[in-house]
Amino acid sequence: MVAHNLGSTTTTKITNYPLNAWYVAAWDYEVTRNPISRTIADRPLALYRTEDGKPVALADACWHRLAPLSMGKAVGKDGIQCPYHGIVFNSAGRCISMPAQETVNPSATVPSFPAVQRHRYVWVWLGDPTLADPDTIPNMFQMDHPEWTGDGRTIHADCNYQLIVDNLMDLTHEEFVHGSSIGQAELSESDFTTTHDDTSVTVTRWMKGIYPPPFWKKNLHDVFPGYEGKVDRWQIIRFEAPGTICIDVGVAKADTGAPEGDRSQGVNAFVMNTITPETAKTSHYFWSIQRNYRLDSQTITTQMREGVHGVFGEDEVMLRAQQRAIDANPDYEFYNINIDAGGMWVRRLLERQLLAEGRLGTKQEDGWTE
Amino acid sequence: MAATNIEVWQQGEIMEISQAANDIKKIVIRQSKPAKADPGSHIDLMVKANGEMVRRSYSVVSQSEDLRDLTLGVFLVPNSRGGSIAVHELTVGDQLDITQPLQNFPLRVGAERYVLIAGGIGVTAIMAMAVVLKRIGANYTLMYAARSSDAMAFREELKAIHGDNLQIFLDEDKNFIQIPELIASLDDNTELYICGPIRLMDAVRRAWTESDLEYTNLRYETFGASGWFNPEEFIVRIPAKNVEVLVDKQHSMLEALEAAGVDMLSDCRKGECGLCEVRVSKLVGRVDHRDVFYSERQKEESEKISCCVSRIVTSDTGLASDASGPAVVEIITT
Repeated sequence: MVAHNLGSTTTTKITNYPLNAWYVAAWDYEVTRNPISRTIADRPLALYRTEDGKPVALADACWHRLAPLSMGKAVGKDGIQCPYHGIVFNSAGRCISMPAQETVNPSATVPSFPAVQRHRYVWVWLGDPTLADPDTIPNMFQMDHPEWTGDGRTIHADCNYQLIVDNLMDLTHEEFVHGSSIGQAELSESDFTTTHDDTSVTVTRWMKGIYPPPFWKKNLHDVFPGYEGKVDRWQIIRFEAPGTICIDVGVAKADTGAPEGDRSQGVNAFVMNTITPETAKTSHYFWSIQRNYRLDSQTITTQMREGVHGVFGEDEVMLRAQQRAIDANPDYEFYNINIDAGGMWVRRLLERQLLAEGRLGTKQEDGWTE
Repeated sequence: MAATNIEVWQQGEIMEISQAANDIKKIVIRQSKPAKADPGSHIDLMVKANGEMVRRSYSVVSQSEDLRDLTLGVFLVPNSRGGSIAVHELTVGDQLDITQPLQNFPLRVGAERYVLIAGGIGVTAIMAMAVVLKRIGANYTLMYAARSSDAMAFREELKAIHGDNLQIFLDEDKNFIQIPELIASLDDNTELYICGPIRLMDAVRRAWTESDLEYTNLRYETFGASGWFNPEEFIVRIPAKNVEVLVDKQHSMLEALEAAGVDMLSDCRKGECGLCEVRVSKLVGRVDHRDVFYSERQKEESEKISCCVSRIVTSDTGLASDASGPAVVEIITT
């Protein structure tokens, strides 16, 4: 591997993940008083709620013999009982009961990680807990705002999280991967701009005076039945470190002022994506499509969710195949072209964060390919 | 699974030694494989005492920004078992085997209020916690008690960092922590972390237990080094195995039995796990229970002993003057 030149950025194929970050561990509805197991950033977690409804993330291994606490049961107001020998821990990870002795060993603790519910997700922080500020959770207000509605799913993706981020930061691929739904030739023909700051990257693309692809034609008809004319289509992709990408998408009747800010003659949705590394080569990909029109229609909610589910199924196949090809060709490097600008800025930001945490390239011997 | 309990041994080099107070040395050790020391962590090190290698645990007071250097505070224990004397005899440049930082006393962030109590050398386990609480803007009080001003290590440093959050208590001023009043002023949103001599820890534990406070909010660490009485020589017999051993002041009952070839089971060796339990069949003297494994009731019964830390003394007062010889305990081992 060529030494990193931080001034120019890298061709890293598989990126290590920052730990001082909030990651979505689960949808809110998945986390109940009864524990579930989920691995986040290579750390197995037992996720559950206290009787008060607060989310809890404990290391999923009992202090005693490492039996998974996620197989245990809820006890008392915030406890969880190890399924093997009955040791009980509270939500702070502190033992409150041990079998066969009259005292509790003061060392008996399991790590308890900061956990917060926000935007219909449960977020966890695995790094330095003194830095865990919930105000730094990415803004995904469309997820639970009264003027927005929608739904989504989770993809368990067999690839490094960075490959999914790359996928979302450049939508040129829609023309080739999603030809039957949202793809069209104008995607790769239209110009785009890329901007960034310390923690975010934005890629903006307008396609003006085009015919909408099938998915968008249908959506436009939900508000403007019978409209068959041309549209102005937009994709404004905003990345927030380390793994959240909210994409402002929509179409409006052509030449009605959408590029200038008047979207009244169109339909608007936000594709809310947040990607959580599970291991070096697997990821939890949480997504939802939220819209701000026809809020009353559960049918449209389901249609859009299933439509995006179909589209993302095509991505999933490609991403898995890409990861396999990367693994099978360890001696080949990535080559970057102009459409990668968004993804490259993301890599630059992640690289800086990893460097600050002392985690840049630290896992090479365990199979990181760089 | 504790936060960090994998022992990774490395080489330590003594970089600095200075006097932090009477009988307390501040020692800076450079790690050959630098690892982060979170608040509450300690290292174990190997030193030669009375001709044999012994293992001792010391809390990490602070760490350099590049993670390489760890600062310890080491108290020259009266009637020492030899470890602290050996550490006090180290000089700059000496090399010794040390572990990477181990963690059995983690600080949890997020409580509304913290009370930290340090008694004497116990301050070494508390100092790094206080620094973090200061940095994150937590509501905390650091109560630091010692016999005398001369015996109080790191006092100026703590004053400079913690200002009004620091409260000093000196026995020589007849100024003691008012434990019942303190405990009565706390609620379930407060966490109390304490490290100090056994009498202080026990008084706080008792007051806490008698209150309605959530008992997991009382956090403490003990290495079993502090007792109710000064160590004395005593005799331990195992009639079933025809063993009689004299336990000197420098060794634990467990170490003496092991040295005599008795096949003993143990694990934590600091009075927490209960694995080194022996049953008492006859006792001439009194048990100085130094463990946190047995309950008050069990300690009063004295039918069982954590022999890694607990000792036998001749009398209830700890004064051996009226005894005709060393205390004697007959035990049954597992």
